[in-house]
Amino acid sequence: MSLNDLKPGQSGKVISVAGQGAIRRRLLDLGIRSGETIKMIKAAPLKDPLEISLGNGHISIRRSEAALIEIKVVS
Amino acid sequence: MNDRRQIKIALAGNPNSGKTSIFNGLTGAHQKVANFPGVTVEKRVGYRKYGNYDIMFVDLPGTYSLTAYSLDEKVARDYIINMNPDLIINVIDSGNLQRSLYLTMQLIEMGVDIILDMNMWDEVMENGIEIDTDKLSKLLGAPVVKTIGSRSQGIDRLLKTSVALIENGHTDQDEVETESEARTEKETKEETPSSEKGRRRRRRSMHDYHRHMHHRHPPVSYGPKLDDVVKTLSEEVDHSCHGCRGCGNPRWLAIKLLEGDQEIKKRCIPSEKENIALTTRLEESVEHIKTTTNEDPEMVITEGRYGYVAGIVREVMKQPPRDRMQFSEHIDQLVTHRLLGYPIFLAIMWLIFQTTFKLGTYPMEWIDAGVVMLQGALASIMPAGAISDLIIQGVIGGIGSVIIFLPNIVLLFLGISILEDSGYMARAAFIMDKLMHFLGLHGKSFIPMLMGFGCGVPAIMSTRTLESPRDRILTILIIPLMSCSARLPVYILFTGAFFGAAAGNVIFAIYIIGILIAVLAARLMRKTILKGDSLPFVMELPPYRQPTIKSVAIHMWERTKIYLRKMGGIILIASIILWVLGYFPKKSEYSIDYETQIEQYRFLESEYSEQKIAELEAARATEDLDYSVIGRMGGIVEPIVSPLGFNWQMGVSLITGFVAKEVVVSSLGVLYQIGEEHDEQSETLIGVLRDPVNGISKLGAFAFMIFVLLYTPCVAVIVAIKREAGWKWMWFSIVFQTTLAWVVSFIVYQGGHLFGL
Repeated sequence: MSLNDLKPGQSGKVISVAGQGAIRRRLLDLGIRSGETIKMIKAAPLKDPLEISLGNGHISIRRSEAALIEIKVVS
Repeated sequence: MNDRRQIKIALAGNPNSGKTSIFNGLTGAHQKVANFPGVTVEKRVGYRKYGNYDIMFVDLPGTYSLTAYSLDEKVARDYIINMNPDLIINVIDSGNLQRSLYLTMQLIEMGVDIILDMNMWDEVMENGIEIDTDKLSKLLGAPVVKTIGSRSQGIDRLLKTSVALIENGHTDQDEVETESEARTEKETKEETPSSEKGRRRRRRSMHDYHRHMHHRHPPVSYGPKLDDVVKTLSEEVDHSCHGCRGCGNPRWLAIKLLEGDQEIKKRCIPSEKENIALTTRLEESVEHIKTTTNEDPEMVITEGRYGYVAGIVREVMKQPPRDRMQFSEHIDQLVTHRLLGYPIFLAIMWLIFQTTFKLGTYPMEWIDAGVVMLQGALASIMPAGAISDLIIQGVIGGIGSVIIFLPNIVLLFLGISILEDSGYMARAAFIMDKLMHFLGLHGKSFIPMLMGFGCGVPAIMSTRTLESPRDRILTILIIPLMSCSARLPVYILFTGAFFGAAAGNVIFAIYIIGILIAVLAARLMRKTILKGDSLPFVMELPPYRQPTIKSVAIHMWERTKIYLRKMGGIILIASIILWVLGYFPKKSEYSIDYETQIEQYRFLESEYSEQKIAELEAARATEDLDYSVIGRMGGIVEPIVSPLGFNWQMGVSLITGFVAKEVVVSSLGVLYQIGEEHDEQSETLIGVLRDPVNGISKLGAFAFMIFVLLYTPCVAVIVAIKREAGWKWMWFSIVFQTTLAWVVSFIVYQGGHLFGL
């Protein structure tokens, strides 16, 4: 499943980050990389983008980019 | 040693790390803002005298990384390589140590001297985080200073530590040189000694910091296997560059080559045929990493860097951080709420808009009154004539047209600084992103566009909040399509004359047409002239923080200064030129002898005679304008605008509207011989326009309003576009919008005719 499928309040562990070039590098540089735990906070009022929690900060990410992030739900 | 030494210190750090507040603390008001060469990325430079040192501080763009993918990152790293600062203060968001240190690793990779500035230390204490800064300092081989930028705490220590580091670094002559350093030195000497002094100095200093690195910052380790690959490749790089450090530290270059950094590749391997050894070595290394790890090198290096950071964090962080976002999450429950988010957003936007453009009208009226008073005073002491007209109307009037924008700029940036510093700007972008994405834009573009309804000048200046240059240019290009307040008088005049009770609806329709055309234009430009991958919209939502008066004040002052220094002069010159074109050549013989006739009526001193004098003066003004360069252009524009249903007076008024769009109204007053005092609500002017003799139809009036909405932005906005986007886009904007205006007005007028309107 991708990051998009996470429900608010749920957490997931990143398995892989797809995509290429600038997009993937940006995600990696912000700490979105395999092994990292991401918590879904909420979606914006119009459902896109998403607000996620990662490390000790919150990040906003569009669904099109969230789709590149493969995760596994953790409890 | 009495002579003062010049030193250069750069500030690097993540966005939202409080870098700017540290910079403000270090330099106070002694700063200026310019662009980095060739790009519209802002470069803040500040100065400080300290002991024997004249220190120049440069605030690099806030970045998470130093790749070639984003302009900000490229600018930051190019500055470090090319300008060779003596030291880098790495501003750390102490509440998010892990992410901050990721950039630190890359600075260390570059082989520069750094000081770690643990900023926002108050948040660390409040959140019960425990960080062993002594250990951190040892692990990184860099001094660590704790600061609270918002309260200017720790700034002196930071300054003292910086100077001490530079001093020791340079006086430390007895250090034993390792073999590789000795070799570096030897090669530096062997290199053809360039006569250019700067270059030699740069090389020496490069060597200096290269040397420090060995003693001070231990190199970032990516694990034994990768380290070996990096080492051999960096030796090859060093060899291939003949020891010249002009492109940066060899180890850093090797890492960038492995990451597949195209820019560095171009620099190190200009031609694969000539740089065979390095090309082969690089290919081998990449292949080696791929086969041993099953991943591409970029990923492996990033992972390695993170692993190294994680190790450091584990060592120094005794108490893991509590979730510092708790408080922010509470606020966000309201601010980005599914239903409440937009009303709150609109209320805040309304407040900023009203403050900027409604509250702003009071000081604008004072400025206006002041200018008129000054003009009156000067007119009474100067002998009448062309020179005094030039000074009083041209120059003083021109200065007035420059400073009239100040209240708007100051107030808008007051609002924007508060939004940015508090953290709300990121939330606004968050909830507006979906809508703006439809235009191919970023959520943050909304605010500049909204401000465009007030005035394009501050609106265009505020596009600086957008990181991506492409977003910025697109936003700048469509801001003028938002109908600014100066166009409103034109609409009021024409709807008042032709649309009666429907006036309100017609004006509303014009605003909507502007927005719709902006949407279409934005989508079209995104697909044509501004296409290409944009950076992903991954943006930090920082914790809410209280803005400080100091940083808000500095930001406002900075924008005001930019406006006055970089734009004011050009707007002034342009206004004077336009005035001259509307004034010269001066008519020497009028159709009737106005002077004598006016004198005669003045002699009568009755109500009738006053009216007569006004009529005569208006008639003379009309003759003057007709005779001037701009008036003569009426003849040229007439055939161009007549298919749109405009008469020549309307055509000329459009030319004068280039000064400022509301001038269209006063010019029409002059051209119809009723004097320029008549404003948009003048019954006389409305009556004249309506008069069938003048041949303006309802449809023509509507087409005219559309034209005023769309045609070239006024001169002040043009100057703002030049400043923010460059010549090319300035000309594009003028040509694009004028063509657009003509085409749309043509369709409206001729199309309307076909339908019998």
